[in-house]
Amino acid sequence: MTAIDQTIDIGDLQKAWYQRLFEMARRQPLGTAGGLVVLLMVLAAVFANFLSPYDPEAASWKNQLSPPDAEYWLGTDAFGRDILTRIIFGARTALFVGFTAAFVGSTSGLVLGVASAYFGGRFDIIVQRLVDIVMAFPLIVLALAVVATLGTGTVNVIIAITIPFIPQCARVVRSSALAIREMPYVDAARALGYGHLRIIMRHMVPNVMAPYLIMLTTFVGQAILLEASLSYLGMGVQEPTPAWGLMLQGGAEEFAESAPWVPIFPGLAITLAVFGFNLFGDALRDVLDPRLRSR
Amino acid sequence: MFVSIALHKYIAKRLLLMLPTLIGAAILVFFLLRAIPGDVCEVRLAGSGLYVDEAEIQLCREKLGLAKPLFVQFFDFITGYFTWDLGDSMWTSKPVTEEIGIRFPLSLQVAIMATVVAVVFAIPLGAISAIKQDTWIDYVVRTFSIAGIAMPSFWLGILIILGLLIGTQHFLGTPWMPPIDYVSLFEDPMRNLSQLIWPAVATGYRYSAVATRMTRSALLEVLREDYIRTARAKGMVEKIIINRHALKNSMLPVLTIIGIEFAFLMGGLVVTEQVFNLNGIGKLFVESVQAQDFAMTQQLVMLVVLIAVLTNFIVDLVYAWLDPRIRYG
Repeated sequence: MTAIDQTIDIGDLQKAWYQRLFEMARRQPLGTAGGLVVLLMVLAAVFANFLSPYDPEAASWKNQLSPPDAEYWLGTDAFGRDILTRIIFGARTALFVGFTAAFVGSTSGLVLGVASAYFGGRFDIIVQRLVDIVMAFPLIVLALAVVATLGTGTVNVIIAITIPFIPQCARVVRSSALAIREMPYVDAARALGYGHLRIIMRHMVPNVMAPYLIMLTTFVGQAILLEASLSYLGMGVQEPTPAWGLMLQGGAEEFAESAPWVPIFPGLAITLAVFGFNLFGDALRDVLDPRLRSR
Repeated sequence: MFVSIALHKYIAKRLLLMLPTLIGAAILVFFLLRAIPGDVCEVRLAGSGLYVDEAEIQLCREKLGLAKPLFVQFFDFITGYFTWDLGDSMWTSKPVTEEIGIRFPLSLQVAIMATVVAVVFAIPLGAISAIKQDTWIDYVVRTFSIAGIAMPSFWLGILIILGLLIGTQHFLGTPWMPPIDYVSLFEDPMRNLSQLIWPAVATGYRYSAVATRMTRSALLEVLREDYIRTARAKGMVEKIIINRHALKNSMLPVLTIIGIEFAFLMGGLVVTEQVFNLNGIGKLFVESVQAQDFAMTQQLVMLVVLIAVLTNFIVDLVYAWLDPRIRYG
């Protein structure tokens, strides 16, 4: 058995990176598609300045609401700004908000969840009650309440989105960490007299990386969606910053008669982005958590 | 049916457990909204762009009770629940209960209709997808449901309105829009439904997508159970196996997700009502946040939290009732 495993390993090692990539793509076609969307978005965000000849924020009154043509591929909005350019730059806003909120939210949740499982007892009970309370709020309601306090703007939106993520991640991570706490190596670490911080960070946190990474990717998609919703309501990112949700603001009835391209493309961008992150997250779950693979 | 004492105890315990969550939520909301300076008086008076002297703002605060110390305000807020005096809107000066009362039926109706839309689509689609696993049908259903989770409901709403306007223009010659003013279902059912079915679909799609995925994965799990293999081995018709054995046993997780999502549906309405310009509690919520009308905002948040907590409670009860293996622990 070990001999066979070894030959496979050697075979794997001899393969070029693109062959391995190709094999992964065959095993996870949907996940690869999602990964490609994510990659595309990251590239658009990074190279936004080189991709478009237009300024995403400068209004141009003579080009208001011009339909898609060779000059403006996806048309222009009510201020005469190129929609494609704003979508490309909007990827920057979406990814910035999405990644920051998801990373800070899930990492805080990770530390809180592991600590809650590790210490147990009264600390655990208090943390879990707090998690219960925050989780009783629907995502957007809590986010709006935070915006009501802090005001609108990119940074406040990130905070508003991060807060609901923390308990969600803490709950999931805690349940994995509870099992790990009982592992002999944690006992061993304790017996060796290691400090709490060292046991948590070096022995427990690395072992709950799978749920953490899964939550992180899911959160990015959710955060992008939430940011778009808040911006659409006028409670998120503010003009003239290019943001997808903001581009959908305004009455659908007005667009239908004059410019249906204005709401269609930014919405497509949001859907595609969230779609990409969700597929990528699902594939990641399959790879990282073999128990769920068959589902 | 004989209802055991254990069940009564279980219900009482679960009801009591709701209290700390609700009290915690009340504390959180109350102090969150007041954490940063700025209130309705500043928005109302200074927002007009005119010069307003400080005494004027102070007078306004005193009138609205905002000048009292925080803990007194909090005490008023909590005791309000016992005397059913939930305060007046700081913006319109009408009682909060009245403002919410006018708008609640509309939102509730959309929420219920969205749930019906979701369940009607989700269970058959999820079941077919699981039975025909890895065929093209499965892929179509899965793509449809992943798209539902990715698509923002407000965009779907905009697309529906666009489609209605352009479609009716094309086929009927004149563009048709869903009616804007709300009439109760009992007054004019046709008019009511022709207004509310669209937002229900826009919010229900996501809901349905989540439930479809859950139905599929739950059914797949059950289909691998030993008793299904036994049923097949003894030559039972596949249809009966699915309907009588598999589907029933896979409904528990589906029920949970439907319950959880219902609570979140009330949140989703915040956005959909804006798109369809419906005067429901979601729109009221956004307006109260914009006006910094704390009295209104906190009661609306508490209402949504209460619905979420109650839904969880009901799901747990139904769960315990459906699955006798669950101990009332």
